[in-house]
Amino acid sequence: MRSPFRYAAFCLAGAGVLAAQLWSLKPIKRQEPPSVPGVSSPIDRFLRARLMREGLSPSPEASRTVRLRRLSFDLTGLPPTPAEVAAFLADEGPGAWERQVDRLLRSPHYGEKWGRYWLDLARYADSDGYRADRFRPHAWRYRQWVIDAMNRDLPFDQFTIDQLAGDLLPNPTADQRIATGFHRNTLTNREGGIDPEQFRIEQVIDRTNTTGTVWLGLTVGCAQCHDHKYDPISQRDYYRLFAFFNDADEDQMDAPMPGEMGPHLQARPAFDAKRQDLLVKSDVPRLQADWETQILEAATNPGKRLDWDHAFDDLRTDCEDGERILRTPAERRTRRQEKILTDYFVSNYSRVISQERKQQLKYDVLAKQLRELDATLPAISEAPILRALERNSRILLRGDYKQPGDAVQPGTLATLHPMNAAGARPNRLDLARWILSADNPLTSRVTVNRIWQEYFGQGFVRTSENFGRQGEQPTHPELLDWLATEFVNNGWSLKHLHKLIVMSAAYQQASMSRPELTARDPENKLLARQARIRLSAESIRDSALTASGLLAREVGGPSVRPLQPSAAGAKKWEESTGRERYRRGLYIQLSRTAPYPFFTNFDGPNGYGALCRRGRSNTPLQALNLLNDPVFVEAANALGVRVSSAPGGLAEQLDLAFLACLGRRPGDDERQWLTAYWKSQPEATAWAQTASVLMNLDEFITRE
Amino acid sequence: MINRRQFLRTASGFGSFALADLLAADTNPLAPKKPHFPATAKSVIFLFMPGGPSQIDLFDPKPELRKWHGKPLPASATKDLKLAFIQPNANAVASPRQFARHGQSGAEVSDLLPHIAKQADDLCFVRALHTDAFNHDPGELMLMTGAMQFGRPSMGAWATYGLGSEAKDLPGFVVLSSGTGPSAGANNWSNGFLPSTHQGTPFRGSGESILYLSNPDGVTRQMQRERLDVIRRLNEKHLRETGDAEIEARIASYELAFRMQMAAPDLLDLSREPKHLLDSYGVNHEPTHQYGLHCLLARRMVERGVRFVLLSHGSWDDHNDLDKSLDKNCRITDQPAAALIADLKQRGLLDSTLVIFGGEFGRTPMTQQQRPDINYGRDHHPNCYSMWLAGGGIRAGVTVGKTDEFGLAGIEDRIHVNDLQATILHTLGFDHTRLTFPFSGRNFRLTDVAGEVASKLLRRPPV
Repeated sequence: MRSPFRYAAFCLAGAGVLAAQLWSLKPIKRQEPPSVPGVSSPIDRFLRARLMREGLSPSPEASRTVRLRRLSFDLTGLPPTPAEVAAFLADEGPGAWERQVDRLLRSPHYGEKWGRYWLDLARYADSDGYRADRFRPHAWRYRQWVIDAMNRDLPFDQFTIDQLAGDLLPNPTADQRIATGFHRNTLTNREGGIDPEQFRIEQVIDRTNTTGTVWLGLTVGCAQCHDHKYDPISQRDYYRLFAFFNDADEDQMDAPMPGEMGPHLQARPAFDAKRQDLLVKSDVPRLQADWETQILEAATNPGKRLDWDHAFDDLRTDCEDGERILRTPAERRTRRQEKILTDYFVSNYSRVISQERKQQLKYDVLAKQLRELDATLPAISEAPILRALERNSRILLRGDYKQPGDAVQPGTLATLHPMNAAGARPNRLDLARWILSADNPLTSRVTVNRIWQEYFGQGFVRTSENFGRQGEQPTHPELLDWLATEFVNNGWSLKHLHKLIVMSAAYQQASMSRPELTARDPENKLLARQARIRLSAESIRDSALTASGLLAREVGGPSVRPLQPSAAGAKKWEESTGRERYRRGLYIQLSRTAPYPFFTNFDGPNGYGALCRRGRSNTPLQALNLLNDPVFVEAANALGVRVSSAPGGLAEQLDLAFLACLGRRPGDDERQWLTAYWKSQPEATAWAQTASVLMNLDEFITRE
Repeated sequence: MINRRQFLRTASGFGSFALADLLAADTNPLAPKKPHFPATAKSVIFLFMPGGPSQIDLFDPKPELRKWHGKPLPASATKDLKLAFIQPNANAVASPRQFARHGQSGAEVSDLLPHIAKQADDLCFVRALHTDAFNHDPGELMLMTGAMQFGRPSMGAWATYGLGSEAKDLPGFVVLSSGTGPSAGANNWSNGFLPSTHQGTPFRGSGESILYLSNPDGVTRQMQRERLDVIRRLNEKHLRETGDAEIEARIASYELAFRMQMAAPDLLDLSREPKHLLDSYGVNHEPTHQYGLHCLLARRMVERGVRFVLLSHGSWDDHNDLDKSLDKNCRITDQPAAALIADLKQRGLLDSTLVIFGGEFGRTPMTQQQRPDINYGRDHHPNCYSMWLAGGGIRAGVTVGKTDEFGLAGIEDRIHVNDLQATILHTLGFDHTRLTFPFSGRNFRLTDVAGEVASKLLRRPPV
């Protein structure tokens, strides 16, 4: 009846045949840009030559105000302030545009905008996902690393190595180990009764697939159950790739923030002594040793004693890292592991002892004393990381972890260039270097394509997540390859690439449509105009806060929880206070099962998998959100106050509101309509309502 | 999208707004669409019971278990079992419930569901349903999205993607939830990779039923209209300048939002429902009030053209104290669910509305406790479990499928949850293999790579 494996019947043509057909696996060819009279930017020469062949002309340069607003959003995710607009309009000297480009590339907000872009790919979230969806208090350390890496323009090759294999570098820095948090963004299932091996395998699969999508632009995940139907990836290839990540485990490191370490070290001896004293007095060392023996026995021979079976189950699901610590001999446990297990023991021993014994031991009192003692020790921050180990990996038949097949060694895709491993057993560092090899035709193309997508609304390859046969062909293969080599030849510098793109005339041209373009190139593949792109969820919120003057511009730090309605499924949400409420959107806690409703409404990420392209939906719930959400009401009120207290008459004040929201002055008809509207409203609310009108315009939520 | 833009521009030159009004339906991604073949159901109400209700105590009596009560089942019957918490040699526990035959069809329903039992002749009981997952999250996703991985579109999203919605002034896919809620949360009504217009809109249990439906304090409806008028005027100007049809869709969204602000309160206003009807749903009585309200709202939504209502109550995850907590959940849901069937039928809506009652899996004949008589509960059981369906072209007054004497496995007419999904799409007029969406390099569908229409459930099986 049901035939889940019916597709296995599809037989692959030989992998070599497929590889020969697939453009993205062919070597990158750098061609010099065609010469076009009067055009200097290589990007423009490629694009213009193509347009000329099609008999089309590019669009004129967009107005200065449109260009500055576009550039501000694209480089920092924020709109320009009225002062920034004025400064640009006043700068009439040559090089004015380049000065804006350089200013914005230097802005610390650049790292926020492009960090968020990377966090989409990294499936970043602040919680585990699944039922428990437990908060991850230290996940932000990885986010912070990304923002910093972007701001200091960490070359993309090093950026890649640090994230995939920072821990395997010789003498890695704390930062390089924190970077491995990339693959700690997988979901964690803590549901009772799960088979931990099943979900460990799920995590390894996620790491494998994410790596394939992010760096190779290939849907390697399709080869999890059977050879890839379309691309030259065998199931064996898949599990060789899988083996790199199977040779890793989750870990946690002490990653003190500046100023944390001194007080902590100072207080520790006294803390240790007091803790030991409390534990010994309550006979913990002896009882815990016995408890561990019993649980280990239940883990080895389940089904004999139900209460201990349950105790083991509880430990696996309720205690972070509990099973691994239990299985580590006591003398080899780290200080942190020791503390986790002992704290768990004290709080949970009562589950396996009698009522009388419980009352006799009074471990609830001890647990409270230990917690109080903990509170006296100045904490040091932590970070989630990966650590290396070796596991025997096998092909999983039909992707089923219960059906192991042949053993496999870590290895790369047979259809691509060979890997030069440093040691006998290839590891993640070898994988990262293989990815960055000059012989790899994919990574630089995939990366450049995604960056281009941010600037023009779509990549040369519109399926930016899939460079395989099921993906689309590039619209401008020569330009794509030229940019890919330019990127690598300039030390994998993202800022260099950004500047190259935004300095082009193609980037600066107007986005308005023209009848001949609508007829000839309705999808704007030839780029005879720029694109109107609806802003990201975060940018919409950030814009409203910027226009109103409420935005807290501090860069970095832990996640914040601004006011939100209690939506279905929302977990505990302790509201942030003061300026924290006005931090940029990328700092808002992302809980996988209950994301911030505003972001859900505007196609924000949910952290379930690498997100290569955001949706840009257009729904009535978005309208209700912008019209009635208290955050936007507050922003409109604040802008109203700001504008109404500015000098000048109504016309000047309206101009200021327009500038704050749209980065331009109103046209005469617009000023006239808004004046009439303002006058028709009760005086007390006229400004707030007028500000709200501006914040609900399509133009307000669009990068023109 | 492209076609719409092209049409708009070539037909009128861009920005001719009179035409835009005519095209309002076209700019609305939820405009009604025709399915592959004539549908038997226009709307779906899924009475979702997350956690896994115990079929052995509700719909599928197993008198044989009395002989094994307190003892392990024969090893031959349990040797291949893989369960979440218990070992296959756990002790069996017989149901303490009384089962009787009901209606002309003689359907067997336990004494915990007296109201549903009275509707037996309108229902189709499915007994040998099975799924791939034995834990809640993957199980719920399997049932609602067709696959165990996160990120796939849910059934309701597929329904509005395929059919659009008849509701001009309300969302096409609405979610109502009571109890602790399903464990996989919003993934049960996610649009996945479909456009976000298709995501379920959760009406909230208390306070505002739709987020931000009410105007801010001090803003009257008149003021809201004035605000929308000037927004529209400015947007229209920008539409003329840019020729971008997205602006036109934005204008349409704002107008629907404004209509929803009117229509939703009307939907929620029960003042014109007669008292006897409210009583039949158990509205204003405990413990049925909230669930009864939700069932009644579901009917009112279907009347207004909403395509898919996901009405969740739970959890039914009774690992212990099953007697007590199953009784509690049944007292909450039995009367309202039965009233919904009767009410739909009385209004002639049952023929065009498919109602489904069930969870992500069933429960084991064995108990999780050592002794069957104290606080016993049952483990998750994916291999066979029960649901009932009604209306929308589903056969009435039949029981389909048979399970073995212990309730361990289906032995006749087994139906996989992907088959159930194929069947649901069939009632909506779709060939489930052809309702697809390209994503990440392949065409996805609700039934993933499986599913066959369960003809035995259909009044008119496909030829």
